[in-house]
Amino acid sequence: MLTASEVVEKYFLDARAMLLELAALLDRYDRACSQANNSPPEDPRMELLYQALAVIADRKTNPDRVERLLVMFSDPAE
Amino acid sequence: MRIIQPHYHGIARTTQDYQRMAYAGVVAVAEPAFWAGFDRKYPETFLDYFRQISEFEPTRAAQYGIRHYCWVAVNPKEAENPSLSREVLRHMPEFFQKPTVLGVGETGLHKSTRNECEIFEAQIELAIKYDQLLLVHTPHLQDKLRGTKRILEILRRAPISPERVWIDHVEEHTIRACKDAGYWVGFTLYPITKCSPARAVDMIERYGADRTLVNSSADWGPSDPATLHECIFEFRRRGHSEQEAIELFHNNPARFLGQNPKFTIRPIRIEELEPTAVG
Repeated sequence: MLTASEVVEKYFLDARAMLLELAALLDRYDRACSQANNSPPEDPRMELLYQALAVIADRKTNPDRVERLLVMFSDPAE
Repeated sequence: MRIIQPHYHGIARTTQDYQRMAYAGVVAVAEPAFWAGFDRKYPETFLDYFRQISEFEPTRAAQYGIRHYCWVAVNPKEAENPSLSREVLRHMPEFFQKPTVLGVGETGLHKSTRNECEIFEAQIELAIKYDQLLLVHTPHLQDKLRGTKRILEILRRAPISPERVWIDHVEEHTIRACKDAGYWVGFTLYPITKCSPARAVDMIERYGADRTLVNSSADWGPSDPATLHECIFEFRRRGHSEQEAIELFHNNPARFLGQNPKFTIRPIRIEELEPTAVG
């Protein structure tokens, strides 16, 4: 396994790029919503993305963010 | 490094894949029967498909020194048609006799409907009756958690040895339950949307490499056999040894698939030789 410093060294740029892509998507969505006659759709998925960002940003959690996100994105069990 | 690609849909790929996999060290592939992108109407279409993957594909792979094995099954999506499925199931034992057919797969669930569950159970029974290995597809995306729970309930009731069952496409929210129940698990690596090579290595580090198979995506959708090599690179760059990589990407598939005596590739170990005097 890698050391914490090695994790930062090897993955920082990838993570930065992924965050920029996500930021660009949210900006694109906001721009589309701000256009005349283009109100936000009644679609829970964008709200889900914001909830997911809160999970990602939670520094106190155990290292199980991916699992928590996948459960969040799952249809409820029967 | 020698690699076994345990889940590969050659029928949906060009011959160039085999060439590139051979260049990259792949010595064997195993091809589960799957959905063709449209729902087939006739049992005979399945039977011709089974002939293609058990008779023709091995010859295409052999041109590049790759051994080709396969599995036969009605996939979960088309299991929604029970009468068609039952007719196909009636003929599957004929294919168990073929020299490269390893078992029943990929069966499992897609939307976890009653019909899918019925045909999944029938295919488990067939695997038990004919002493075949079992490869289980778990649903994708938002259906995976619910579908995997249902699959585990169904398997728990069946008199089948967990070590002869491979539950595929596991992710962080489903791996623990499958491994805890004693089954083999598989990661399927996609360029987008599903499990990435880095996440697969994270799970290997967290849950161990035992009873674990790694396969690339390789079908008619956006997929890439080279994701398997990307995963090997990721595994090695985190400091895992070459022998550990061989254990995971060659020996584990050899151990699982080798439970069927038709699969004759054995686990290997690298050995450093003593230096010899020159001259």
